[in-house]
Amino acid sequence: MKRGTVAAYVALLLVTVVTIAPLLWLVIMSISSTNDLTTLPLRWLPAQLDLSRFGRLLSVAANSQGANFLHALRNTLIVAAGTTALSFALAIPAAWVFSRHTGRSSALLYVIVATYMLPPILFVVPMYRILSSLGLLNTTLALILTDTTIVLPFATWLIKGGIDAIPMELEEAAAIDGAKLWRTLLTVTLPLARPIIGTALLLAVLLVWDEFLYALLFTSNDQAQTLTVAIANLATGRITDYGLLAAAGILAAAPPVLIGLSLQRTLVAGLTGGAVKG
Amino acid sequence: MYGRRTLWLLAPAVLALATVIGYPLVETVRLSFTDTQLIGGGGGWIGAANFGSALGSDEFWSALLITVVFVVITVVVEMVLGLLVALLLDLPLRGRGFVRGLMIVPWALPTVINAMMWRVIYNPEFGALDALLQQTGIIGQYQSWLGEPDVALYAVAAADIWKTVPLVALILLAALQGVPRELHQAASIDGAGPMQRFWAVTLPAILVPLSIVVVLRVIEAVKVFDIIWVMTRGGPLNATRSLAILVYQQAFSFHHSGYGAALSLLSVALSLLLIAGYVIGLRRQASAA
Repeated sequence: MKRGTVAAYVALLLVTVVTIAPLLWLVIMSISSTNDLTTLPLRWLPAQLDLSRFGRLLSVAANSQGANFLHALRNTLIVAAGTTALSFALAIPAAWVFSRHTGRSSALLYVIVATYMLPPILFVVPMYRILSSLGLLNTTLALILTDTTIVLPFATWLIKGGIDAIPMELEEAAAIDGAKLWRTLLTVTLPLARPIIGTALLLAVLLVWDEFLYALLFTSNDQAQTLTVAIANLATGRITDYGLLAAAGILAAAPPVLIGLSLQRTLVAGLTGGAVKG
Repeated sequence: MYGRRTLWLLAPAVLALATVIGYPLVETVRLSFTDTQLIGGGGGWIGAANFGSALGSDEFWSALLITVVFVVITVVVEMVLGLLVALLLDLPLRGRGFVRGLMIVPWALPTVINAMMWRVIYNPEFGALDALLQQTGIIGQYQSWLGEPDVALYAVAAADIWKTVPLVALILLAALQGVPRELHQAASIDGAGPMQRFWAVTLPAILVPLSIVVVLRVIEAVKVFDIIWVMTRGGPLNATRSLAILVYQQAFSFHHSGYGAALSLLSVALSLLLIAGYVIGLRRQASAA
């Protein structure tokens, strides 16, 4: 091999090790006994496997760490389902209009995309006051409404790009055959837009799963706290069992990481699609 | 082909966004001119006093400086490393498909979990970083990373960089793969070496996606909250208190909501300034070239 090729493989190995090492350590911590994690010098490999933390986190016994974790998981799932349902019901028709009425509506589209760039911290004070006066603090509904501010603009933008690729002639043909608009959209446009809607849906779930600021501010206990808040509380609390923290992190990270891996191909194309068009 | 009537399909989305984004935005501007407390109390018009006291306070300028340092370090390092990794993965190497898949994991890892992971790794008693550095003889004694005011911000930035370089690399890699091979071949035939080819062919061809990534990263970095909150809560001695953390403290911990609203508007102004400066810089370079 040439010297340049050797250097390239060394660099590739370095990138791999730096990427894997912290993740691998997270996994090792989650299956090491607390003893192994708190001896000096530190043991890099556990003396024996300790899988008990996963059992504790997934147990439903009242007032246990498991109950807390599972409540947070349930709340995250409710917020993810609610936010995506609400956002997509609104975003799909809007995306269709933006795609088919390019001249008249494009300014509004830019306004909507621009809101995606505003920092959430800008909205939190009024949101807190409004939610408080409506009695919605510490409910999953509050998070569904506030997370919609993140997901709706993003979904509209992504789905519009997908509908752009569907030839308008197909819709025209259906209209000539006498189909009403809503029929055309349901039977022609929507099925053809399914791949992009699917991708957008998965990315939306990632956004909601990741959301922290609103969940931190607008919830106060098990009733509505999401996984990110539960883990932040564990991490910043007085916990001394780092293995438990690691196990909770792995369980909470598994769904988004699996979604990310399943999206690998479409993701890169989608991320650059918008970027390259510029 | 579609008449104005179909524009009504926009109404639900626009109405929803006006309610959940538009109204709070207007309310933030209004609150910033009042002495509103988080719950009850206050609410009187006090003109621009909040902005005056923000601009006259040490905490605002310190948070601004911390935010700018964080933005500059993370964005510059992420772009340089991201581009290097992208160039590497563009070479015909064995195993690059695996590495490309691996890059998805840090990107998909929720920010809070990334922050928790690094917080544990940086732990000064039993953390893996100190253990690794000591056992390899790089440091003699365990160090405090997040507990040291001079170090904490860089330690947090490093955690952010670890998570974000893969994303930047994946985007730039896709851009690199769109560069026609003929351009490289033509440049080689004309006698251009690898460095010359990079500056003359590759970089101009990916400049647009690169600048878009820079703008998006700046927007994200100015917002920085989650990773700092979980790793240091703005400490030690406020050494990592970014603008977003300061807004949180003022509006929610101290209940000074009007003042917090004013601070949040100032932080948006910062992000607009940074982006405007960057765009003007790009334009100038483009017209000079």
